[in-house]
Amino acid sequence: MATGLATKRLMKELAEIKTKGTPPGIVLLNAVALDQWVFLISVLGDETIYAGETFALRLKFPNRYPIDSPEVTFLADAEYIPPLHPHVYSNGHICASILGAEWSPVLNAVAVCITMQSMLASNKKKERPEGNDRYVRSAPSNPKLTRWQYDDDTV
Amino acid sequence: MSSDGEEEFEFEFEDDDEGFDPEADSAGESISDAEAFDIMSPTLEEPPEKKPYDVNYRVRTMQEIMDMQTKEVKKVQSLLEVPADTAATLLRYYAWNSEKLQEQFWNDPTAALVSAGLSPPSSPSTSTQPLPSPLASPRPFECPICCMDYTKEQTATQTLALGCGHRFCRGCWTEYVVGKITTEGESGRIQCMESGCSRIVRAEPIDELVTSDVSKKYHNLLNQAFVSDAPSLRWCPHPGCEHIIECSQAPQKMLNQLVPTVTCRCGNDLCFGCGYPASHRPVICRIVKLWEKKCADDSETANWLQANTKECTKCQSTIEKNGGCNHMTCKKCKWEFCWVCMGPWSEHGTAWYQCNRFDEKSGSDNRDHQAKSRQSLERYLHYFNRWANHEHSAKLDADFYKSTQKKMEQMQSSANMSWIEVQFAKQAVDTVIAARITLKWSYCMAFYLKRNNMTELFEDNQRDLERAVETLGYSLEQNIGDVGAIAKLRQEVTNQSAYVQKRHDILMDDTLRGYLEHRWEFTV
Ligand SMILES: [Zn+2]
Ligand SMILES: [Zn+2]
Ligand SMILES: [Zn+2]
Ligand SMILES: [Zn+2]
Repeated sequence: MATGLATKRLMKELAEIKTKGTPPGIVLLNAVALDQWVFLISVLGDETIYAGETFALRLKFPNRYPIDSPEVTFLADAEYIPPLHPHVYSNGHICASILGAEWSPVLNAVAVCITMQSMLASNKKKERPEGNDRYVRSAPSNPKLTRWQYDDDTV
Repeated sequence: MSSDGEEEFEFEFEDDDEGFDPEADSAGESISDAEAFDIMSPTLEEPPEKKPYDVNYRVRTMQEIMDMQTKEVKKVQSLLEVPADTAATLLRYYAWNSEKLQEQFWNDPTAALVSAGLSPPSSPSTSTQPLPSPLASPRPFECPICCMDYTKEQTATQTLALGCGHRFCRGCWTEYVVGKITTEGESGRIQCMESGCSRIVRAEPIDELVTSDVSKKYHNLLNQAFVSDAPSLRWCPHPGCEHIIECSQAPQKMLNQLVPTVTCRCGNDLCFGCGYPASHRPVICRIVKLWEKKCADDSETANWLQANTKECTKCQSTIEKNGGCNHMTCKKCKWEFCWVCMGPWSEHGTAWYQCNRFDEKSGSDNRDHQAKSRQSLERYLHYFNRWANHEHSAKLDADFYKSTQKKMEQMQSSANMSWIEVQFAKQAVDTVIAARITLKWSYCMAFYLKRNNMTELFEDNQRDLERAVETLGYSLEQNIGDVGAIAKLRQEVTNQSAYVQKRHDILMDDTLRGYLEHRWEFTV
């Protein structure tokens, strides 16, 4: 449950999504609790290798959000599969500097979705990251506990 | 000197007397406990002459480090005509290399300031005003982070922007900065909260935003970062010790030919090159790292070797090793044997049959892969066993001192000897322990050494020291007899101790000089 700092900010973000809507290809599927939202993300246009696919991105907000970054994963369940992408592990964990070292408190949920969408849009090759199986076998459930090495400064 | 453009890792302070002269130093204020003890001890030794492979260094206190830092900041402050806070931030960015900083600054001041996360010189907040500028015309403001609204008046007092102009409320700044300091341990590299803005939050606003406890922690972290950023400084790794070693003669690029062992004021040795909390001479840091990794990887295979118990090869009764000596005598059958190779000790006494050297030839007829990999494991175990044996002995050092202490008391009472007269025993123990550390690492060295004539000389030196140490160690474990026996023992121990010292010096001298002469080749 988000408290303190996070509450007012998240209410404001939700209100803004309700009044102004979300960018094309991004839909707020649900906000079961104030601190846990799921967006549906698809890549528009016919240039993309993900044409016709839809992914579910879950954001969990810590108490100190937005000073602390949200915990962001692609859902991997009966309904959704994480996108095949060299920075997305099969358990839905994402290696992207914006979710860790490059996080800024001025960013918000929609900004995270847009970054993930453009990360998919610029990809040309459907493949899992190197060492996917090894990582997935030993990964913590919270991707923020993983020490990521960012080798690609575009995301 | 660095014509090839290689970076010099020199970091020296003006007032510094070039390193330390042991004679001058022991007379000065920085006299260590160990030195003080030496002055008390009966044989006043000459300060050891400096060897070509020794480095000059000084042991510093945190206060001295802080003074150094202030001094550097003041120097740069007046040279570049910038506020102290700016000078400190610049120095931190250039890893306290003030020459490089000056070069870059005079070349392009804007680029130097901006890359260090400061406002360019045109902005008034850097050159004349260290504090973030107050808002020119305050208007109502909504903090983009917490979404709180601030009136015109509140904006002036309750919000803050760095030179970059990104404005947030003080509450959010505090929350952010406190998190960075207390949970992430950051200090000199805390950036503006705006996405992609690399402006550094400097000490002044931080001190103003946080409580005095957090501010104290912040300044501690800055000092720690100073020590870890300056290539000429290293923390003493020994628990509870807060001293810092300063040495400008052992930069990274020298560590292939130098093993910069230093002694901290707490009395313990460390390697200035890699921070290993003891001497690892005569092996260079890089090889030590490889060895430690190998031992960790192979620990399961090698575990059984470290067991503290073995069976007597003759009567099969269990023998527990409780001292550092390798010369074992079975309590039951009186059989004397070598703990390391389990062979009869008699053969060691007359002809030391290569207990230190791995016989490569013994398995060389086996050409098949399996035999080869077994041989490579055997070879590793040969050296590891000897390394681990000395490591194990070192763990028993405290007991060794204790039992020697007891014997010294016994000698004082039964032979009516003075305290000074029995010190030879303690000194002999010191000698044995120091030599065992060197022997331990000499097996790591031998494992990685390419086989050639040089290696054979090295192993001859190793064997001679090993023997000398064993002989002395055995003498030290003898029971105290009558007055006559004590006098004889004292003479023996004194002679053997001098001999160990000599063999130790020879091995060290030859090996460490060998690096400078590029005599050693490693197979890694
Ligand atoms: Zn705020
Ligand atoms: Zn900024
Ligand atoms: Zn120390
Ligand atoms: Zn070292």
